[in-house]
Amino acid sequence: MPDTLPPETPLLVTLRVNEHDHPLALDPRTTLLDALREHLGLTGTKVGCNHGTCGACTVHIDGRRQLACLVLAAAAQGRDIRTIEGLSDADGALHPMQAAFVAHDALQCGYCTPGQIMSAVACVTEGHTRTDAEIREYMSGNLCRCGAYPNIVAAVRDVAQQKAA
Amino acid sequence: MIPGPFAYYRPSSVAEAVGLLVRLGDEARPLAGGHSLIPMMKLRMATPEHLVDLAGVAGLKEIRDNGATITIGATVTQAELINSELLLRRLPILRETALQVADPQIRSKGTLGGNVANGDPGNDMPALMHCLNATYLLEGPAGSRLVPARDYYQGAYFTALGQGELLTGVSIPVPPLGHGYAYEKLKRKIGDYATAAAAVVLTLVDGRVATASIALTNVAATPLFAEAAGAIVLGSTLDAATVKRAAAAAKAITDPATDGRGTAEYRREMTGVMVSRALMKAAARARIGG
Ligand SMILES: Cc1cc2nc3c(=O)[nH]c(=O)nc-3n(C[C@H](O)[C@H](O)[C@H](O)COP(=O)(O)OP(=O)(O)OC[C@H]3O[C@@H](n4cnc5c(N)ncnc54)[C@H](O)[C@@H]3O)c2cc1C
Ligand code: FES
Ligand code: FES
Repeated sequence: MPDTLPPETPLLVTLRVNEHDHPLALDPRTTLLDALREHLGLTGTKVGCNHGTCGACTVHIDGRRQLACLVLAAAAQGRDIRTIEGLSDADGALHPMQAAFVAHDALQCGYCTPGQIMSAVACVTEGHTRTDAEIREYMSGNLCRCGAYPNIVAAVRDVAQQKAA
Repeated sequence: MIPGPFAYYRPSSVAEAVGLLVRLGDEARPLAGGHSLIPMMKLRMATPEHLVDLAGVAGLKEIRDNGATITIGATVTQAELINSELLLRRLPILRETALQVADPQIRSKGTLGGNVANGDPGNDMPALMHCLNATYLLEGPAGSRLVPARDYYQGAYFTALGQGELLTGVSIPVPPLGHGYAYEKLKRKIGDYATAAAAVVLTLVDGRVATASIALTNVAATPLFAEAAGAIVLGSTLDAATVKRAAAAAKAITDPATDGRGTAEYRREMTGVMVSRALMKAAARARIGG
């Protein structure tokens, strides 16, 4: 570790996103969200508030749902990052949660949808789907200005039931 | 919305982190979950020139049962508190409180150490640490020292943490089996900071309060230990008149700001309501458990 670094020193960071390694030279200030969108062209992850309050930027880091707008890209080095682009199969078949969002019409403008889906996939994996109230509680980090909430809950419930069956 | 420039460091031990903080001086800050610090940096309310990331620091992730106390490492996340079997069994108020912090995404990244070290009166864990009479474990250039949570907070964002010091964990005395507990938090919406909140831990003997500890969140520049309110309920059956007197004593020590969450008068009043509810819930649980 060098003694002190001038702040403008670019950081060499390798991000592992959707099972591919991406070596990048980044300003230390770059958030994971900006690295995904501006440096890797993965614009599926959305910028909403950029402040941790809306969930539009939700991705999975080492399997846990986290907010890309409040994680530094440098801190995501060595982690396993999954974005909405990495959810479907290699052959393009939709992930069951994506299919359920389509089937239940769980969106209107679609801006919150990638974050909702990433959060919903984790919500099911965590097992927080025993009741609609529990689904609502554990999906509370994702806002939808279009108010598609009832259909989002239906989609999550559907996938949880498919999994249990 | 972009932070001021900083250099990023990733030490792997407490000694290395403390060494960096000392060498880099005043403009260096530890980075834990970043869920308080990065928003402040984006608003340029904080402009550290050096960030010392604790994510790679070994030994700060443990929840350890020492019998009479439980120690929790600084970088244990709120989600890890919620999922801990040990805490559910022996310190269930931690889970109850953590579940009322922000939302699932934030809880999966935000740490206990960051929440208590921060000094933001809006944080929920500091009042809980007052209620439980926790001790903070600090490690600095002069070695380690212990600071009671009740002595740590000096003002909004002013704490006893010295230059170059790191909070490595908290040590919590475990209340006796069958104790009652509650964290009651009034918030405008899910994920919001408290308009007012109260933490209560008590024990009952033959239906009468044997011990009681009450603390308050976000109704002053620091968390508050409502010592007088706790003393009022001792020996009582928590009859309506006693609860009312305790709530009044708690309200009397508050000094809330008028802000988006309500006027000072409203928030003071709600403090009393939260204290009453927490007392009743804790008592009901103590009866079932005891
Ligand atoms: C939208 C939103 C809503 C939120 N709502 C709530 C809420 O309702 N209740 C609540 O309690 N919190 C809330 N939070 C804050 C969240 O819980 C933070 O995660 C927490 O306060 C800080 O923990 P952190 O690990 O993210 O710390 P950081 O943000 O990394 O650090 C916070 C401060 O503590 C210092 N620090 C961190 N770790 C240490 C250490 N080990 N030793 C010394 N200093 C250290 C840092 O230098 C910094 O000054 C919310 C956050 C957001 C973004
Ligand atoms: S953009 Fe990250 S939470 Fe809103
Ligand atoms: S579909 Fe428009 S914000 Fe959710």
